[in-house]
Amino acid sequence: MRDVAVIGIGCTEFGEHWGTSFRDLFVKAGALALEDAGVTGENIDALYVGNMSAGRFVEQEHIGALIADYAGLASNNIPSTRVEAACASGGLAFRQAVIAVASGMEDIVVAAGVEKMTDVGTGASVDMLASAADREWEGFAGATFPGLYAMIANDYMHRYPLTREQLAQVAVKNHENGARNPIAQFRNRITVDTVLSSSLVADPLRLFDCSPITDGAAAVVVVPLERAREFTDSAVRVLASAQASDTISLHDRRDISTLDASVAAGKRAFAQAGLTHKDIDMLEVHDCFTIAEICAIEDLGFCKKGEAGRLTAEGATALGGEIPVNTSGGLKACGHPVGATGIKQICEIVSQLRGEAGARQVDAEIGMAHNVGGTGATVVVHILGA
Amino acid sequence: MSVSRFWRKIPQRYNLIGTECTTCGRYFFPPRSLCPDCRRSGKIVDHKFTGEGTVVTYTVIRSASDQFEHTTPYVLAVVELDEGPRLTTQVACTPEEATIGMRVRSVFRRVAADGESGTIHYGTKFVPVE
Repeated sequence: MRDVAVIGIGCTEFGEHWGTSFRDLFVKAGALALEDAGVTGENIDALYVGNMSAGRFVEQEHIGALIADYAGLASNNIPSTRVEAACASGGLAFRQAVIAVASGMEDIVVAAGVEKMTDVGTGASVDMLASAADREWEGFAGATFPGLYAMIANDYMHRYPLTREQLAQVAVKNHENGARNPIAQFRNRITVDTVLSSSLVADPLRLFDCSPITDGAAAVVVVPLERAREFTDSAVRVLASAQASDTISLHDRRDISTLDASVAAGKRAFAQAGLTHKDIDMLEVHDCFTIAEICAIEDLGFCKKGEAGRLTAEGATALGGEIPVNTSGGLKACGHPVGATGIKQICEIVSQLRGEAGARQVDAEIGMAHNVGGTGATVVVHILGA
Repeated sequence: MSVSRFWRKIPQRYNLIGTECTTCGRYFFPPRSLCPDCRRSGKIVDHKFTGEGTVVTYTVIRSASDQFEHTTPYVLAVVELDEGPRLTTQVACTPEEATIGMRVRSVFRRVAADGESGTIHYGTKFVPVE
């Protein structure tokens, strides 16, 4: 297997892009990534695009071909593949690109993610997102996506010492980071009181515990490490690419409050990279809800079960903390265009490792990305190193 | 949910009929046609559950999809049946009544409907045991 490097990144602003179509979002992110990498369309050997539900959000399937076409690559006839694993679609698209390059099958590959969510109303998007869980036996009973994570939160708070205020601190910290990120959907700072006085969505989760509905796209260019120098002096190496699955339904999990797929993918990633937790300088985790960030930090092994709330409240996961988590603002403040999120996490880590993260820059040489599909039925973990 | 998709699971949804692997004795609800422990050597038969169980965790849904919006707030829970399997279900009680560890039993209820003139989805909900 060959070593793989990221040589270019590009990300649209995340937010409600009423005036921009699905395909134009992708084209914008792709162009930014190619410009950053210093490659042209003719150089590209293959394209992988993460997308959860264009079929329902914009009534369009066959995304691989559409994207290649509007990126101006139709006449090159390159292979273009859509990858879907609900909210982990982006991370999985990146993993497919890494595998393609590592195997020697392809040399210059674009991994992208895109989601256009605001063309439907809130009720419809709540219904679509619920299909990341089990439609027949969770959705049928009236389970919403926030509802499932709320049941994780209730189980967790019943068993471990986590206060409602500590949970709110996750959102406060992520808004603080988002305020420093020019592509973030929310660039406003909030307080614990903002979270606790927002409306209940699914007890105990309130509006400010939840990531928003977002339009956005992100793209990265990956090449074999041995060729990276042809394009850039600031290539970032892919040190590990791991993936794990678990039961589709929350009710079938071994433990409601532990995402076993996060545990498994995390362990595999550390083993692949030959690294330990002490080597990781920053984390981008899947905080679709505040409780999800708490679980992620613990399930990846950065602290024991029941400790992440206290660590968050003490500032250990903030920008200047021991292990900065979600410097981008996370899904909460940066926004969560479902299929694009996993690629945006890679963009954020690359930008931090290159020292280009501006007002949210941390001192980091190695970063980890953690992307979750559903309530933990798919987890993708990557480790990147400068 | 399409009519045929709902119709084919009517016995399971109305009467809490799941499956049992007679090779290892494990029960499944929602029903499975393949035992994860015995796989192809497992023999799967139908099993009607008693409907008695315990709330493992719950939430109160305040904001729902269009199909359920008119019934908010409602209590959604993971219930562990006494035979072992767990399922996601509504508990017909007030938000204040719901607790983790609460004993519940199954009842036949209207769950949802496909719009004003579509199929009415009946199924199983749970109620607190007095």
